[in-house]
Amino acid sequence: MPLGPVYGAMLAALYLPIAVLFIFSFNAGTSLSFPLVGFTLDWYEAVLGNGPMLDAARNSLIVGMASASVATTIGCLVAVAVLRFRFRGRGLLLAMAGLPLVVPFVVMGVAFFLLFVAIDVPRSLLTVTVGHSVIAIPYATLILLARLSGLDPALEDASMDLGASYPTTLRRIVLPLMAPTLLSAWLTCFIVSFDEIALAIFLVGGDPTFPVFLYGQLRFAQRLPVLIAMAVLLMIGTVVLTLIALRLRTDDP
Amino acid sequence: MLGRGGTLKVFAGLPLAWLAAFFVLPLLLIGAFSLRGGAGALGPAEPWAVSFEQYAEALDTPAFMRLLGVSVLMAVGIAGLATLLAYPIAYFLAFRAGARAPLFLTLLLVPFAVSYLLRVMAWKLMLGPEGGINSLLATLGLTDDPLELLLYSRPAVIITLVYVWIPFATLPIYAAMQRVDRSHLEAAADLGAGPWARFWRVTVPLSVPGALATFFMVFIPTVGEYVTPTLVGGADGIMYGNIIQGFFTRSANWPLGSAMAMIMLALTLVVVAIALRVIDLRRVTP
Repeated sequence: MPLGPVYGAMLAALYLPIAVLFIFSFNAGTSLSFPLVGFTLDWYEAVLGNGPMLDAARNSLIVGMASASVATTIGCLVAVAVLRFRFRGRGLLLAMAGLPLVVPFVVMGVAFFLLFVAIDVPRSLLTVTVGHSVIAIPYATLILLARLSGLDPALEDASMDLGASYPTTLRRIVLPLMAPTLLSAWLTCFIVSFDEIALAIFLVGGDPTFPVFLYGQLRFAQRLPVLIAMAVLLMIGTVVLTLIALRLRTDDP
Repeated sequence: MLGRGGTLKVFAGLPLAWLAAFFVLPLLLIGAFSLRGGAGALGPAEPWAVSFEQYAEALDTPAFMRLLGVSVLMAVGIAGLATLLAYPIAYFLAFRAGARAPLFLTLLLVPFAVSYLLRVMAWKLMLGPEGGINSLLATLGLTDDPLELLLYSRPAVIITLVYVWIPFATLPIYAAMQRVDRSHLEAAADLGAGPWARFWRVTVPLSVPGALATFFMVFIPTVGEYVTPTLVGGADGIMYGNIIQGFFTRSANWPLGSAMAMIMLALTLVVVAIALRVIDLRRVTP
């Protein structure tokens, strides 16, 4: 059976809606419908003058970087603990680091909402960061587990035979060898957070992240072209980051 | 393992503490709030009366239960469709693409890197009454009136979510097919099996765990969806998650919303337990 054309058709179907968005971001009319009116860069120019939108993008950047840092740190600790130690609770630790992946976001959203009500913490970018760190932990853990399991423990034993303490061994031997994978895990977590909306809707205060801002603006048809121009710019950014993250992982020996 | 004891306390303790505080505790809080009597935005300072009335209401309201059933059916349908559509793509990547498989896989994954909301929005534009499909049909002179059915309906939600998940759905199936030992296929050929027999009796059974993994990995996030139904489903296309979200925003009723969230959580955990069982069974009895 000729599967090449099937793959080609699927690829076309996947790219078509994105291509349509891309085309409309250069269309001179405000209504998002064919026929196209004319070519313009006005929407991209308008992006620069749209303060609230740029603020929302900056908020997403901050939340993404902070939550990715927390999730990658925790994922790294879990990977080392699970693969380099035998202890009671090892299975529990691994299960807990993976479970956020199987809880629907609407349930996690309710859970965090009630937590921050109960401990009386107003919702803000900080609460979104905490939420995103938890849902990103499984991704970081899985990526780092895969890499660390391919790393010969004899390297660490050799380092310790030569007199290094275990923390020194981790810092001088394990971390440098894991560096590309750590960056890849960090980028993956960043993208998970940057794109996340279902949980963020429950957790943002007055300062929206970009997806939440976009979601709120979708009702206003005349604002759509600017939003699409901005979304296209961010899309290029996340696609580049994803490609880098994939590349870093496949480059591992 | 000598001299590593102190390190373990940090390496296991810190993640456990973080996950206990920000994963387990919040889920337990839903359980606590779901066992309260009363209605409205009941904060922790309001009186706590232990009661099962929220579960009674959630389970006795036909509209809620029907929507739960519909959401499960939709998630089954979406996960099933995504798996079926991803299967030939994964087969192509694993058996036909050859040296170019990594490139083809990357091309497939790029749309998945495009913001989820943006892809949903793209379909909203495509399906709308003045959207891409309708205005293109009109411009080409194929239709006089826009097709109203496209946007704000259950099919719109299904189309959009299948589209969103397909790139991701390919991955577990592709991984399973890559593990298929090529010598099994050669052995089957040597014993006289034709291409279809080899496909049905060697490739399919060995790739079933991947297909099942795909199914469950799409089912779980889909059954709790509420953003996509809001954007492209409209009033007719809402899912169970929309009601839960509604009880924490527009019509605040935290105890009832908590009970409904607990029902959703229980359902998901049952599905996960089934998934682990089914997929493990297949691995031990190939």
